[in-house]
Amino acid sequence: MTDTTDTADASRTDQWETVVGLEVHVELATVTKLFCACPNLFGAEPNTNICPVCLGLPGSLPVLNERVVEFALRVGEAFHFDVPERSIFHRKNYFYPDMPKDFQTTQYDEPICLAGWLDVDGVRVGITRAHLEEDTGKSVHLGGGGRIHDASHSLVDYNRAGVPLMEIVSEPDMRSSEQARRYVEELRATLLAIGVSDVKMEEGSLRVDANISVRHYGDEFGTRAEIKNVNSLRSLARAIDYEHDRQIEMLERGERVKQETRHWDEEAGCTRPGRSKEEPDDYRYFPEPDLVPIAPSAELRAHVRASMPELPAAQRTRLIDEWGINDHEAGVLLSTPGLAEYAETAVVALDGGGTPKDVVNWATNDVLSYVNETGLSPALLAPEMLAELVRLVGDGTISRNQARDVLAESLREEKWPKAIVSERGLAQVSDEGALGAAVDDVLAQNADAVEEWRSGDDKVKKKKRGFLMGECMKALKGQGNPQLLNRLLDERLARG
Amino acid sequence: MSEPGARITRAEVTHVARLARLALTDDEADSLTRELGVILDNAARVSALDTAGVPPTAHPVPLVNVLRADVPKPCLDRDEVLSQAPAVEDGRFLVPRILGEEP
Repeated sequence: MTDTTDTADASRTDQWETVVGLEVHVELATVTKLFCACPNLFGAEPNTNICPVCLGLPGSLPVLNERVVEFALRVGEAFHFDVPERSIFHRKNYFYPDMPKDFQTTQYDEPICLAGWLDVDGVRVGITRAHLEEDTGKSVHLGGGGRIHDASHSLVDYNRAGVPLMEIVSEPDMRSSEQARRYVEELRATLLAIGVSDVKMEEGSLRVDANISVRHYGDEFGTRAEIKNVNSLRSLARAIDYEHDRQIEMLERGERVKQETRHWDEEAGCTRPGRSKEEPDDYRYFPEPDLVPIAPSAELRAHVRASMPELPAAQRTRLIDEWGINDHEAGVLLSTPGLAEYAETAVVALDGGGTPKDVVNWATNDVLSYVNETGLSPALLAPEMLAELVRLVGDGTISRNQARDVLAESLREEKWPKAIVSERGLAQVSDEGALGAAVDDVLAQNADAVEEWRSGDDKVKKKKRGFLMGECMKALKGQGNPQLLNRLLDERLARG
Repeated sequence: MSEPGARITRAEVTHVARLARLALTDDEADSLTRELGVILDNAARVSALDTAGVPPTAHPVPLVNVLRADVPKPCLDRDEVLSQAPAVEDGRFLVPRILGEEP
């Protein structure tokens, strides 16, 4: 739903329900590829991480990476999957230059994870399955403006061929673009927390295909379109909203929705049909004879269960309870990888010199902006420095306004706030004697204003008091403790 | 050209050949239909056995969990690999225009 829903749209939305199911491909953060010892690295020079296995050279044999099995079990635990005693790989046969073997090794009817779920804002979304497969190479299409069918030729880099993927297939349990977006957010946060992927959509380590259909409330599912090429959470939501409108318009014109694959065009803001196929897909799946079944041992299962970290859903509840923050703040903390951990370490380092809420305020505003601007992970920042800043504000050494500048410099230069405060001579004057003397001077030099304050109505009083407060602050070069200064000024004005 | 009751039809043979990107002549399609039919006849004799309770076997040896440690090893030399390719550009394999839809 867009923010600007007009009345016509609203009445239409009343009758039609969107149904969304998502297929999420996530690259596993192993050191090596799925079936060979080539490094699993993003951004290497083309074709430098290749070997006979991932090039599909004759006579080469795949051997499964043991960490992949462990990662799959972690995914199994995190999303409440059933992990069967045995799962196997199949060959999916097709001709396409991104796989030099002319088949993709994948799991088919006996995947490693079955029937799980994920709770998203109180709604349970079923996850049909999660299976292992190898990623494909990367093609660049040349000529014809980079479009595949107009290209004169293509260039292929096999560094990504054989990188381990998990495909996580949800049930059609989502009913809006917002819910779909939240599902992916929660899924990402969970995958990140269990350490199986870096889930970077911008680097393609997490990719989403969306199955979208519409129906009248209470009806059977409608015909779905599968949307590919959705490269960000924002495009996901836009693509779903676009499809929702497109399908409803078709149905209301009496047309039928065609079951097809469509591609999201980010610039044009619409989905377009893929090239229609002459014949239905026929991948001739058969069990991969070069790989034996995966049968996770009881020891491995127990080890994985014992080493599971706290999951984001539980962490959210705990932070809300322990820190007294609200759901929104917890959501912001958890939606940026590493930010919640940063805040948790800072809270521990506070040592009584401030509240967790103070830390969260800084973390979800100034620190988050800095992280977004620089693209740095919060894991690279020093939470102890934020804790020191909170203490400096808490004990009145600097004001909140000064603290903003100090924090900015602290983050940028990796410097301790205390050092910045002393270098810049920022320490707030909280000495009552010094502040009182400054106020006395200001009142003596501005006798006119004091007189106007005394004889004026409320409006004048407010204005004159503001002026006098400003003069006091000026006299103190902005370093007077504002609370204390306010009190001293009021006391003296009242005294006459 | 399939005989009545044959286990594979000529149409099936040409379909599978197309999926495997094999160009068969008419004669080849005919003879393969016959030969594959014989092979399938033999396989059918196995189907006649009672295999209820016998799990499908993809492997002759009852092995599971053949795994390797997640430790990298040196890769092939790129220049050497690319020197084997019919065409290369910019450190990548150059392939002809792709006509099909991405799978």
